[in-house]
Amino acid sequence: MDILTWTYILVGLSFTLYIGIALYTRAGSTKEFYTAGGGVSPLANGMATAADWMSAASFISMAGIIAFSGYDGSVYLMGWTGGYVLLALLLAPYLRKFGKFTVPDFVGDRYYSNKARVVAVICALFISFTYVAGQMRGVGIVFSRYLEVDINTGVIIGMCIVFFYAVLGGMKGITYTQVAQYCVLIFAYMVPAIFISMQLTGNPIPQLGLGDTVADGTYLLDKLDGVLSELGFAAYTSGRKGMVDMFAITLALMVGTAGLPHVIVRFFTVPRVKDARLSAGYALIFIAILYTTAPAVAAFGIYNAIDTVGGQPVNDLPDWVDNWQKTNLITVNDKNGDGIVQYTSDPATNELSIDKDIMVLASPEIAKLPNWVVGLVAAGGMAAALSTAAGLLLVISTSVSRDLFRTFKPNMTEKRELLIARISAAGAVVLAGYFGVNPPGFVAEVVAFAFGLAAASFFPVIIMGIFSSRINKEGAIAGMVSGLVFTLGYITYFKFGQTLLGLSPEAVSSDNWWFGISPEGIGSIGMLVNFVVCYLVSKITPAPPQDVQDMIQEIRIPRGAGKANDH
Amino acid sequence: MYKLKFSYNNNPITMSDNKQKMKAYWKKNLKTLMILLLIWFTVSFGFGILLVEPLNAVKIGGFKLGFWFAQQGSIYTFVILIFVYVFRMNQLDREFDVNEE
Repeated sequence: MDILTWTYILVGLSFTLYIGIALYTRAGSTKEFYTAGGGVSPLANGMATAADWMSAASFISMAGIIAFSGYDGSVYLMGWTGGYVLLALLLAPYLRKFGKFTVPDFVGDRYYSNKARVVAVICALFISFTYVAGQMRGVGIVFSRYLEVDINTGVIIGMCIVFFYAVLGGMKGITYTQVAQYCVLIFAYMVPAIFISMQLTGNPIPQLGLGDTVADGTYLLDKLDGVLSELGFAAYTSGRKGMVDMFAITLALMVGTAGLPHVIVRFFTVPRVKDARLSAGYALIFIAILYTTAPAVAAFGIYNAIDTVGGQPVNDLPDWVDNWQKTNLITVNDKNGDGIVQYTSDPATNELSIDKDIMVLASPEIAKLPNWVVGLVAAGGMAAALSTAAGLLLVISTSVSRDLFRTFKPNMTEKRELLIARISAAGAVVLAGYFGVNPPGFVAEVVAFAFGLAAASFFPVIIMGIFSSRINKEGAIAGMVSGLVFTLGYITYFKFGQTLLGLSPEAVSSDNWWFGISPEGIGSIGMLVNFVVCYLVSKITPAPPQDVQDMIQEIRIPRGAGKANDH
Repeated sequence: MYKLKFSYNNNPITMSDNKQKMKAYWKKNLKTLMILLLIWFTVSFGFGILLVEPLNAVKIGGFKLGFWFAQQGSIYTFVILIFVYVFRMNQLDREFDVNEE
């Protein structure tokens, strides 16, 4: 069977599975809709968290980003895994004990203020929307590349699927579909990685293959360093980014991960505090499987590109190059007409351009694997995009029904609240789909900033809300607002300064970054601003009331979490 | 006001005992966190970023050590840290009798 048939079969099968699960696990109450009834096992929650977390960007693009940036790409590897340590140690157990449904719930109750709650809702909505627009686009791209349909048709098909199980199933439906999606995506990622590793290094474990030798007996990484330096690029194992910037970006991504509402909310779904701790551990294992494989896929990919394409005759290139030239993800342009592909760092003489996504998308063909593996990778990419989109949509709908409607209409019946949750989930799907079809030009850039914003807004006030009983509502609100404004301001100035503010290119050049910190890393400074402002303002305003201080003591003790969730 | 006082004095021994106990529990919790976060910082920001150059002089197999920490080692350490935390906290919870069934 050909690739297209296999892709239709495997993607179709996986979609049938998701819909079947969604039908089987419909949510009947608000508690099931928001937190899957609080009865998910730590292992299942760990898997669901991993799928929720790993988006189309992790699955399709990350290996390629690392391939072209080498050591600099480590910021994503450390940043997007190290955050789970913070989450497990500093947030998950206490938020689980707190026992309500959302992050704004916690902020509102801990800071005894609906104003604080509304600020938190706005942050949550802003972060989730920027993020989800990127996911819907990702769904569309996967569809169009593999099923040869139009991107917009792809987005609409994706919308329908997500609509079906997010609106019907709520958190309960999403959780169990995410478990299935994790299995699909990790299998799809590992199969080509293992085969490529065997081909190149003879080692079946990609993580070890990365440090192994290639055919001529030299170590893969040494070989890459040498070849890339010869071609005028930076050596693979040393970076171009400044140390301060590496530090700042890694920190912003770590803290941002720990502050993302769709990740935090997953820890409300397990029965006990100790389950919340354990499921964070499971989640990181499941994530680490992909995240330690990605740098191997990256190095194998760039090595293959240089070795089998660069320096080769133009009309004798491997089949996968010909196949993917049609999609423009890889282009060969024999500028000097010598019939050989020159790959160099100088854009004027470089004849080979490779899109970062190809490292994963073409990996089955590079490894000369059977056609069904290509279909599998398509289903995996789709699973990664859909699971993340669904998790985000749930946060959006919960924010609207629970944090906005219920705050101002506390006497709503449960049935009505559930209906509002479903309607807002539906609305969010449609809106996300709209952004998927008509992406604002800056979507890709904005997604990275969702982390900076999460780092600068939520993380400090949640941490201090748990670890200090002195921080009050004035401090929290001032902290969140100043962290957010600072981060947003810096990003806008340097990223959109030319288009929005009419600044000169010199004014927004990287020479003017504060301490050499890029807009991607500024969230870590925003976080510090938030911490400092929050602390100082709290110091000069009255302490929180006694019942709030009692609550803080209460959430620090694990016993009784099961009961707390029942009201 | 009087009533409030009365209820506090109702069971003075267990009350203050319990408070002391919870304080001790929290202190031990914070100590565990400090140690684990110190390791978290060292393997990622320390070995992976700040000390990457000197560590790269050391080679293990095909890996320069600093590079390995940045792209592999720190992630493995993170996983181990969380499981050590889970183990240690379960121990503490039992010791202070605040564990859940």
